[in-house]
Amino acid sequence: MNGNLLWVAFSTIVVKEVRRFTRIWVQTLIPPAITMTLYFIIFGNLVGSRIGEMDGFDYMQFIVPGLIMMSVITNSYGNVVSSFFGTKFQRNIEELLVAPVPNWVILAGYVIGGVARGLAVGFIVTLLSLFFTDLTLAHPFVTLSILFLTAVVFSLGGFINAIYANSFDDIAVVPTFILTPLTYLGGVFYSISLLPEFWQGVSQLNPILYMVNTFRYGILGVSDINVAFAFGMIMLFIAVLGGFSLHLLNTGKGIRS
Amino acid sequence: MELALQIRGLEKTYGNGFKALKGIDLDVKQGDFFALLGPNGAGKSTTLGIVTSLVNKTNGSVSVFGHNIDTDLTNAKLCMGIVPQEFNFNFFEKVEDIVVTQAGYYGIPSSIAKERAEHYLKSLGLWDKRDNRARQLSGGMKRRLMIARALVHNPKLLILDEPTAGVDIELRRSMWEFLTKINEEGTTIILTTHYLEEAESLCRNIAIIDQGEIIQNSSMKSLLAKLNNETFILDLDQDLKSLPDLDDLEARLVDEHTLEVDLPKGHGLNSVFTQLTAQKIAVLSMRNKANRLEELFVELVENKGAKL
Ligand SMILES: Nc1ncnc2c1ncn2[C@@H]1O[C@H](COP(=O)(O)OP(=O)(O)O)[C@@H](O)[C@H]1O
Ligand SMILES: [Mg+2]
Repeated sequence: MNGNLLWVAFSTIVVKEVRRFTRIWVQTLIPPAITMTLYFIIFGNLVGSRIGEMDGFDYMQFIVPGLIMMSVITNSYGNVVSSFFGTKFQRNIEELLVAPVPNWVILAGYVIGGVARGLAVGFIVTLLSLFFTDLTLAHPFVTLSILFLTAVVFSLGGFINAIYANSFDDIAVVPTFILTPLTYLGGVFYSISLLPEFWQGVSQLNPILYMVNTFRYGILGVSDINVAFAFGMIMLFIAVLGGFSLHLLNTGKGIRS
Repeated sequence: MELALQIRGLEKTYGNGFKALKGIDLDVKQGDFFALLGPNGAGKSTTLGIVTSLVNKTNGSVSVFGHNIDTDLTNAKLCMGIVPQEFNFNFFEKVEDIVVTQAGYYGIPSSIAKERAEHYLKSLGLWDKRDNRARQLSGGMKRRLMIARALVHNPKLLILDEPTAGVDIELRRSMWEFLTKINEEGTTIILTTHYLEEAESLCRNIAIIDQGEIIQNSSMKSLLAKLNNETFILDLDQDLKSLPDLDDLEARLVDEHTLEVDLPKGHGLNSVFTQLTAQKIAVLSMRNKANRLEELFVELVENKGAKL
């Protein structure tokens, strides 16, 4: 297929993905809005006022970037894992398999679908946070690019999870046992400088820490970690996860007998 | 003439070690209306799955309008549309969206896709239902939705896997009419079925598959003639150098003193004996030849009887 046809195929997948999560907006867009508002009220307002400053910012200002990032991570992952698993489960993946769509276009379509949901939720949560604090972007380009790249990483993760999943239970395991703990321990609620040195070292093995801190750097202008290193690491993740996803698609893992 | 489908030595062993296809060959001519007939589990869906990239093959080659699926898959895919045996669309999508989305996967821009969707949904009687969710359609409508989806890129070859299973008689007739019409307009059609009646009333050529092997591949006419014949094996009292003269009956020498004769059902054996006697050939014994096609046919007919 030539470039034009590929573009049509790609945008068809993206439109279908966006249509899916907006059709079920009560399941996809409302829950993170409610959860994050509760976080803002309880941790930011009520508890935060007793905590005082974190890294030189009031606690609400400190956690807002982390909570936005957390919503983006959860929702981009969740979108791709449930959509692609559903596609496999209902067998409408066959609509794509019989058509002349190259695998990398299929992957790109689903990933951008996940990014779209991640960013949509991120946008909603950002709007809500404006009721609680003022946001100014110290480094707009860093902020937006880290948001986008993080959404790509977790969309790819969701895709791989969906390929291996055989049941609806299998799509809940990774978010519950890996993603949520890593996010909570990734500096969303605290600066790792509060931790004993040993646990600081352990925390630095957590990739989500780099994403959250880079995003916070984009907004507040301060970071616990090296921003350039964070970008490099994320690009590496994208290359590895993307390559692996393509390999799985090419071999037909989980979708072709 | 270019073949719409050419299959050579196709083998499939599933992950669990089950050998579903044992090396099949198949030719379907351009413009044909072709039936692949066989009982459940024969390997029909596996064959079509391999042709349409839904199943990985183990061995062999497949070409669609001259495009080999190993080396020229994109062009092969552009030539064909598939209506699978099981419903495989997203039940929560709208009817029209399903068809338009499929067109998009073939790179057809949405303005053209919408016209095509309208055309096919209208000709399949689904246009009124275009805004319904797919799950709200009846079984027959779901099947027709899959036909519209398969045709939206105007393929030269339409493949249908048991299109009328579970569809009531009246709808079955109207689907047959639709298929006959698009075949007359030039679309090559391959369908699988386990109803001989369906193959008989629609198709010009037929292959019969059983346990992963093609056991018969001919025109519908000669199949019916064959099914109408019985074969007898005669043991003779002497060695023959050449075939005795038996008028226009089909006969073969298996070895020098064993003769096989095909007789139309109800023809009677007397004339055979009369003619052999006249040539001074005596028959020592005689038996009916067990015929796999015949057995299969009986099985299919019994199946049909059980289902109707
Ligand atoms: N994914 C699979 N794994 C193992 N065996 C399979 C699989 N799919 C089909 N089979 C077996 O292969 C044989 C042929 O199946 P199929 O092609 O669906 O037959 P048909 O369509 O003629 O009814 C059957 O015995 C079936 O059980
Ligand atoms: Mg079948």
